[in-house]
Amino acid sequence: MNNLLKRAYRYFQTWFLLELLHGLFITLKYFFKAKITLNYPYEKGPLSPRFRGEHALRRYPNGEERCIACKLCEAVCPAQAITIEAEEREDGSRRTTRYDIDMTKCIYCGLCEEACPVDAIVEGPNFEFATYTHEELIYNKEKLLSNGDRWEPLLAEKVEAKEKYR
Amino acid sequence: MINAFLQNPIVLELWQYAEVIFFIAIKAFAFIVALILGVAYLTLAERKVIAAMQLRVGPNRVGPFGLLQPIADGIKLLHKEIIVPDSSDKLLFVFAPILTFSLSLAAWAVVPFGPGLVFADINVGILYLLAISSLGVYGIIIAGWASNSKYAFLGALRSAAQMISYEVSLGLVIVCVLLCVGSLNLTDIVLAQKEGWFALKLLPFFVIFFISSLAETNRTPFDLPEAEAELVAGYNVEYSSFPYALFYLGEYANMILMSAMNSILFLGGWLPPFDHPWLNCLPGTVWFLLKICFMLFMFLWIRATMPRYRYDQLMRLGWKVFLPVSLLGVVIISALIVYAPGQSNSAHTSEERHYPNHEEGYNQGL
Repeated sequence: MNNLLKRAYRYFQTWFLLELLHGLFITLKYFFKAKITLNYPYEKGPLSPRFRGEHALRRYPNGEERCIACKLCEAVCPAQAITIEAEEREDGSRRTTRYDIDMTKCIYCGLCEEACPVDAIVEGPNFEFATYTHEELIYNKEKLLSNGDRWEPLLAEKVEAKEKYR
Repeated sequence: MINAFLQNPIVLELWQYAEVIFFIAIKAFAFIVALILGVAYLTLAERKVIAAMQLRVGPNRVGPFGLLQPIADGIKLLHKEIIVPDSSDKLLFVFAPILTFSLSLAAWAVVPFGPGLVFADINVGILYLLAISSLGVYGIIIAGWASNSKYAFLGALRSAAQMISYEVSLGLVIVCVLLCVGSLNLTDIVLAQKEGWFALKLLPFFVIFFISSLAETNRTPFDLPEAEAELVAGYNVEYSSFPYALFYLGEYANMILMSAMNSILFLGGWLPPFDHPWLNCLPGTVWFLLKICFMLFMFLWIRATMPRYRYDQLMRLGWKVFLPVSLLGVVIISALIVYAPGQSNSAHTSEERHYPNHEEGYNQGL
């Protein structure tokens, strides 16, 4: 008897297109829901403060560059994207004369910023640095420092946020 | 001399003909432009509706809300090269899209947009519609054959088989409606629904008709001819540029035509839902267009919801479900009309109210 009822219900379902109507109802529900599309260049999704984007070299608030040319980042870089040359400056401090990152070699692992003892090299929140040529993606010290100047408030925030997990 | 020539009765008559033909041509041209615009915006509507149902916003880059998108698409398509494959039958290859497109336009000649607003108010309008939409298969099968390509050929075969199968139930459902109306004239069919739409009185047949018209226009869930996973694009794989655009236009114009047929046969054409003065203040044509838009929304809605049928399922549904049900419908409805006049069959009573001389009418319909 139970079996018969089940069968009758199945026939009812088939002939009255219940499942199809249910499906249609679901798509109609979604039709009126708020859309999740981000209008990308105008709207952007949230980024974690620990996001690893374009590199930057930071300065101290007095304008002195942080990097002391310890070359830990160069040593730790698994892709060997970093090249550093250093020299003693007139005031006796140790500074870089060359700090290049090949952004096309870099794998954005973030080990350089972990290795840095003075929080000089940081991967910032910027990910929109695509270029037309390969050459433009080989960053020199000047470019990295200017990145640092440009993103400093966010970079400082990031370093602070990371401090907890060190 | 010239005056005498113009006064000549034969010339006068020819002149009158020319005038009539000229005005019809202008009306037809205006309608074709409107229809092509409608088709263009139907493609946009399709993308927008499906996007909305998938929680996206759809095209919005070209113009405000993407409103110029179809125009950009059209211009892009027309700028492409017309490629005619070497191994194709060149004459038929070019002829097929022209046939498809012109047939999809020709069918509109008998569609009444409002009381008296019809290009040709012929007495066998519905037969004409059925005939034209059956001819549509030829465009597709010629395209598949002339392309000389496996995919196109398989797509064309599928399409032809499918359209022929569903035309049977489509025709039988139309017969059911005709039995209730007693006339093959589309205007009469609309007027017979004054007391209530056939969508309510003949609901199961409306459903069958709608599903069959999905199959007839090769829409999801019956878009097997275009099953890209198996057939790349179906019968139009080898087409590019303008011939492709013609197929596309033809296909979408057929969709609009099918929506129009659905609204004429079942949703009361240009009649408002109730005979209420507030509803009557909108002109009939607007009601008709609203109904077409609603049916088109159904087409898109179903496209966004249903997966594609397997080929044998499609054939089973056509021949083993729709055909017997619609045949049974014809038998039951005609039996009700003959043996139970004015009893319980509301479709029949409404017909009697509007057509006192219905005996004559329904003999014609049969």
